[in-house]
Amino acid sequence: MMDHAFLQDYLPILIFLMIAGGMAVLAVLASWLVGRQNPDPEKISSYECGFEPFAETQGKFDVRFYLVAILFIIFDLEIAFLFPWAVSLGYTGAFGFWSMVVFLGILTVGFIYEWKKGALEWE
Amino acid sequence: MAEFFSEYMLPVLWIAAKIMMIVLPLLGAVAYLTYAERKVLAAMQLRQGPMMVGPFGLLQPLADGLKLFSKEMIFPQQSSKIVFVLAPMLTFTLSLVAWAVIPFDEGLVLADINVGILYLFAISSLGVYGILMAGWASNSRYAFLGGLRSAAQMVSYEVSIGFVIVSVMLVTGSMNLSEIVLAERVWWVDLLLFPMFVIFVISILAETNRAPFDLPEGESELVGGYNVEYSAMTFALFFLGEYANMILMSAIAVILFLGGWLPPFGIEFAWLSWVPGIVWFGLKTASVLFIFLWARATLPRYRYDQLMRLGWKVFLPFTLVWLVVIAGALLAGDALPVM
Repeated sequence: MMDHAFLQDYLPILIFLMIAGGMAVLAVLASWLVGRQNPDPEKISSYECGFEPFAETQGKFDVRFYLVAILFIIFDLEIAFLFPWAVSLGYTGAFGFWSMVVFLGILTVGFIYEWKKGALEWE
Repeated sequence: MAEFFSEYMLPVLWIAAKIMMIVLPLLGAVAYLTYAERKVLAAMQLRQGPMMVGPFGLLQPLADGLKLFSKEMIFPQQSSKIVFVLAPMLTFTLSLVAWAVIPFDEGLVLADINVGILYLFAISSLGVYGILMAGWASNSRYAFLGGLRSAAQMVSYEVSIGFVIVSVMLVTGSMNLSEIVLAERVWWVDLLLFPMFVIFVISILAETNRAPFDLPEGESELVGGYNVEYSAMTFALFFLGEYANMILMSAIAVILFLGGWLPPFGIEFAWLSWVPGIVWFGLKTASVLFIFLWARATLPRYRYDQLMRLGWKVFLPFTLVWLVVIAGALLAGDALPVM
């Protein structure tokens, strides 16, 4: 269990995860036990400034949130590619630099396209 | 049995003790950050702020904590109960776990992993889940809208934060946070990184949903955003998580740009050398945190289209181009780090 030096670095993180999660669960549980629980129908209906909630709330929402999510995936992936490139540019030198410029150039073309298409407009 | 104890239990207990040495001061810092926020806001508006509980209101955070702890916990009728209660726990857990890789001083770090910055990036990305879960599970108009807005805003600014981090890695040639602090830097490289620092500080305001980018909670339109249906400890966990994230982001800014635990501006007076690194680290983090409070007292809230425009049409293109500029300058100036 302990003789894998590489994984041993991550053992504290695993223990931290368990302790932090345990603290969160305990805090909620203790608060639930301590506080006086006295629910009534008015109190636990969802809050809408005094209105009776009159429609399904988990239904439709603006399509632009989808667009943002999709754009985010593209650029986050690109950043994931950039991480190893940035650390090793000292070794790959000019070749590494120009390879990434070509890659980023292709991405920029796509970015300009979506900009002109109006995917970034929020009016 | 004794061998099992000394071989496995003792190291684990020692790690657990070290974790508590991080978590307890952190929770204290969060408590007094809320106090500092109220005091700073009050001072900027010529008020006194909390004064009643204890001397200068110093016990106010404890009173607030106790009050939240003993309140009634409300589970809305139409909510998805399990997800509803899991969301604040997730947010809180993630905001603590990220601290595992932060170096407080030379060698003073819980897990000195070699991809520390990647770990931080991953953990802060996961933060979106807690907010989305809360917004969706509450089954309430305001919570749902707040959750959506918050998620879209966080992912938008995460892109430019990613580019900023990559540019720092270019300069330091390492993903290990201690090595990033200790890396030698030439003065013109620091100059090149300065715009990235400005963008990073603005982006972490948006990433932690703080003023002037606090649209997710926009109290004049959404009441409280994704946490509107929460009460008692479930609300407190969101609150603690948000403030712990503020401190975390400030600490990351200090590590990436302000030299971590090293004395500021490279001062090397003999009469200052006894100051331990962790004090410098704390002071620098507090200075960045002050920017959070200052911005909240000074700036009006952004409109949502302005917010998205700033993220996607200003920060993203600029950081993208500036990253290439930095890489090219380092290559031309032969300043790339090679281990």
